[in-house]
Amino acid sequence: MSARKIVIDPVTRVEGHGKVTIRLNEAGEVEQARFHIVEFRGFERFIQGRMFWEVPVIVQRLCGICPVSHHLCAAKAMDLVAGVDRVTPTADKMRRLMHYGQVLQSNALNFFHLASPDLLLGFGAPIAQRNIFGVIEAFPEVGKWAIFIRKFGQMVIEATSGRRIHPRLCVPGGVNQNLSVERRDALRGDIGQIIKWCVDALELHKSYIHDNEVLYEGFASFPSSYMSLVGADGGMELYDGALEAIAADGKTIFQGVHPASYRDYIIEEVRSWSYMKFPHIRSLGREEGWYRVGPLAQLNCCTFIGTPIAEAARRDFVALGHGGPVHATLAYHWARLICMIHCAETIQDLLFDDDLQGNDLVIAGERRPEGIAIIEAPRGTLLHHYTVDGNGQVTGANLIVSTTNNNEAMNRSVTKVAVDYLTGHEITEALLNHVEVAIRAYDPCLSCATHALGDMPLIVTLEDAEGAVITTRVKQ
Amino acid sequence: MIRTQPTKVLVLGYGNPGRQDDGLGPAAAGAIDRMGWSNLTAVDNYQLNIEDALEVAAHDVVWFVDASKVGDAPFSVTDVSPSRTVEFTSHLLRPAALLAIAQQYCDRAPPAFQLAIRGYEFEFVEALTQGGRENLRAALGMLTESIRRVRARSPLRAAP
Repeated sequence: MSARKIVIDPVTRVEGHGKVTIRLNEAGEVEQARFHIVEFRGFERFIQGRMFWEVPVIVQRLCGICPVSHHLCAAKAMDLVAGVDRVTPTADKMRRLMHYGQVLQSNALNFFHLASPDLLLGFGAPIAQRNIFGVIEAFPEVGKWAIFIRKFGQMVIEATSGRRIHPRLCVPGGVNQNLSVERRDALRGDIGQIIKWCVDALELHKSYIHDNEVLYEGFASFPSSYMSLVGADGGMELYDGALEAIAADGKTIFQGVHPASYRDYIIEEVRSWSYMKFPHIRSLGREEGWYRVGPLAQLNCCTFIGTPIAEAARRDFVALGHGGPVHATLAYHWARLICMIHCAETIQDLLFDDDLQGNDLVIAGERRPEGIAIIEAPRGTLLHHYTVDGNGQVTGANLIVSTTNNNEAMNRSVTKVAVDYLTGHEITEALLNHVEVAIRAYDPCLSCATHALGDMPLIVTLEDAEGAVITTRVKQ
Repeated sequence: MIRTQPTKVLVLGYGNPGRQDDGLGPAAAGAIDRMGWSNLTAVDNYQLNIEDALEVAAHDVVWFVDASKVGDAPFSVTDVSPSRTVEFTSHLLRPAALLAIAQQYCDRAPPAFQLAIRGYEFEFVEALTQGGRENLRAALGMLTESIRRVRARSPLRAAP
């Protein structure tokens, strides 16, 4: 029997092109799986030559899923270029409010829209039901949470930037506006309910875990290292802080790493078959240095969460790790819900902070030629690195986006699924479903918001060792 | 006494203005918004989102405006009906699915149309192509005329 490749080839609008290739060996066993993402290109070229003060606005065009995250990360990097190490309290808190609103609504989209059909209706539920409509039908309350938590997050973004999309809150060295009392009061009126719904969603998720303990812990799972920003006190920190990485056994690989030093700790490798880079921890090398980022890493790397409800939920969560990090891939969703609670609680705290009505918005310093910043975006660690010439034009840019950080981990999860669920030579509906579930846990943002009518549906192709197509399956 | 309200029209233009003709939808929404007509709401976004169902359900006629990589130039128009279709591992939400959410959650899915404006280039450039601009102009002519007709034909509707 010859070696064969099974190719799962989705070409979706918002997220560019991605496909899954599962390679079998001569014995028909799974040898390797790769999750190809072929649209990550041109980011840096898009930015080069632009004036540094334009960049926080321009970079939003990179991604239609998380434009706010790029806006904030670029702003932090350009603060440094503008010679500002620390913005004013009003600017800092306005940015944080926007950031937590973005993380809240983006995590809500993943959990409610993408993941909850799998988790609440079951991996094996018919595709006609295993979607957001099936969830709304079976769990009407969940549909309400999905829509209104999303809407609240958008309201926070709009309140901080004055506009629903294309925010222009940040400028190098600060922000353009403070939070009006009217908008603050409107948000104050809703935040208590939002926190309650997030907690309700967590409780619902925990009931699923209770009923599916073995599947939950084992599905697409494997031990790995983790990396995340962490506060100086070890607490969860999504907007600022130092980089920390832990090994699969929980031991520290590095901690307290300032973003400016990232190249001493992280190296990016290019592979011929993917446009995505493969970052890994320099000291551990290519084979051992890969890691996971995102909500699971944020929970595993911090030692506490600074808001009470989320901290109580974290203590419950860490028990799953039996004294070490939690490695269950499906636990991304659990961690994501805890992050949502933390975001909602933080928003509540900020809404009662008078600094948000301050008028000291921007400061200036002496220009520098380089700026490097990191934030924890909804999908994990996001890094922006710029160099700027004497005229203020960007001469170089390097972006490591969250999905790139999870590149190798997603391959490993797909491989695990293929090993566990591929039987014979058939690409079954069940296999497709399980591959989807594994990828969704990471909530990958496959590209950069190109999105026009006319792209293709999911295409599944079975090839032999010479590349000849054995069979093709199209999924609309 | 029966109160009456004017017909409310929503134009939802979506796409990424940073990717050349992918920005045709937002450009159309921007142009419609600048007309400043009453009871006409025009919003743009990178993509459709589930919370847009609330906005959809609050209007009487909805136009979804997007760029098209294939199909007729300068544009094509199709009716959109609620449909419970979902995509593979994606954040994508199509107009028919959004209408279905509005129907299911808000119990209201207004008449809706997809305006697909033909685009040609989708690389990282923040400008429409010449061909895209010409197609946008033609599409806006049709869209404004259609909205004008709706407003003239049915200026008032019975309030719920």
